[in-house]
Amino acid sequence: MSLRTVLYEQHLSMGGRMVDFSGWKMPLHYGSQIEEHRGVRKAVGMFDVSHMMIVDLSGPRVRDFMRFLLANDVGTEPRPGRAVYSCMLNEQGGVIDDLIVYDRADDGFRMVVNAATRDKDLAWIDRHAEVWNVTVQARVDLAMIAVQGPEARKCVLQILLERVPSAATLRPFQAAWENDLFISRTGYTGEDGFEIILPEGEAVALWQTLHRIGVPPCGLGARDTLRLEAGMNLYGADMDESHTPLESGLGWTVAWEPPEREFIGRAALEAQRSIGATRELTGLVLEERGMLRNGQRVVCGEKGEGEVTSGSFSPVLGKAIALARLPSAVEGVCQVEIRGKLVRARIVKPPFVRHGQSCLQGEFNQ
Amino acid sequence: MSNVPEELLYTKTHEWVRQNEDGTVTVGITDHAQDLLGDMVYVELPEPGNSLAVGDECMVVESVKAASDIYCPLSGEVVEVNIALADTPELINQDPYGEGWLFTLQPAEGGEREELMEADAYQELIESES
Repeated sequence: MSLRTVLYEQHLSMGGRMVDFSGWKMPLHYGSQIEEHRGVRKAVGMFDVSHMMIVDLSGPRVRDFMRFLLANDVGTEPRPGRAVYSCMLNEQGGVIDDLIVYDRADDGFRMVVNAATRDKDLAWIDRHAEVWNVTVQARVDLAMIAVQGPEARKCVLQILLERVPSAATLRPFQAAWENDLFISRTGYTGEDGFEIILPEGEAVALWQTLHRIGVPPCGLGARDTLRLEAGMNLYGADMDESHTPLESGLGWTVAWEPPEREFIGRAALEAQRSIGATRELTGLVLEERGMLRNGQRVVCGEKGEGEVTSGSFSPVLGKAIALARLPSAVEGVCQVEIRGKLVRARIVKPPFVRHGQSCLQGEFNQ
Repeated sequence: MSNVPEELLYTKTHEWVRQNEDGTVTVGITDHAQDLLGDMVYVELPEPGNSLAVGDECMVVESVKAASDIYCPLSGEVVEVNIALADTPELINQDPYGEGWLFTLQPAEGGEREELMEADAYQELIESES
């Protein structure tokens, strides 16, 4: 029996093509993944992301605990509403999960973690929280809807401004809330937008109201191509426990300062940093026709070989794009093995697309 | 509900075959197949002149979701391929029995047409699979 979000019936009635995703029945698309993708780049779309797990943490020492648990730093002083993207590492520096953590000031912290990793995440957090006397609460009573695209802000404020007036002035990576209605200016698409966390009992009404004012539903398919164009990693594909953030394009999320902050995995990361990581995550754009897929072999001349970790098609660029783990410091072109043939690809620095526009330079500019 | 035109023949692997007046046949994938695969983004066409046996993996269609082999429905020689698909693979989604055709084939003598299904049998097959 698969898990269903509170919006399951809505997906069926809107023509959602339901697939299994980490134990959940979720919509892949509602007719055309590419149209949904383009809709978010040009205007707006909404995603049911209630399968992701929301974890609330509280207690007198919760701030110190977060600074120990996560590789990024929530800071020593409260900054209510601030969102921080971070990896949660094991002792070897491997990525247990990537997550967003919200500073809720006197109410502690809220983390949003991946659906596929919820059980191991909770076990890991619980194991360490005990010593710090931190209370860990999995908020299975909450649902989550992401509204993304250049018109997302206008659409969400039209509906929710009265209930959360401070949402009008949110900057990117900030959140505001009134009781259990929580609005953050975050997302996974490379566009402006909001993620809305609310009680399950209110989710259907919000979904229907958004739909009524013209926000089309989008599935996990478009979510994946949007995040890939935006150069954002997917847990389990582009990062996992056998690779560190430095090998996963996420060195920027590790807060090395202050040096006296001890966090899980720090020693292993510092050791790797001092000798230099031998592999890194980078972007690929296929120069010829074809598709890039997870697991394809990448040949980088005498520098060695690597592997595509996330490959797909970019609807904005009209080309196959990928994230790939390659030998460090390779640049220029490489070759990807596609059905036994080697096909040229250009090595680029992600993102591929931001705010609807290509980020590629030179010959790729269209 | 998938569209299954009466006048075509079908394979178990979701290709369709249309008999042309000049003796060739046109091959494509069914509405049901394009619907399952989703948005097409790349097509690797066969070469005109290639000789193919029934059941050969003769080309590849790729959707955002997956790559899928196309199996040759009859033995014969490839006559023409739908080059429009190179730039606009989405024709397969938009018009699987028309503009989204894949290639034409000059069937070999004898052939294996008895292996192909009529529309009602194919309709039953996709209902049993869903």
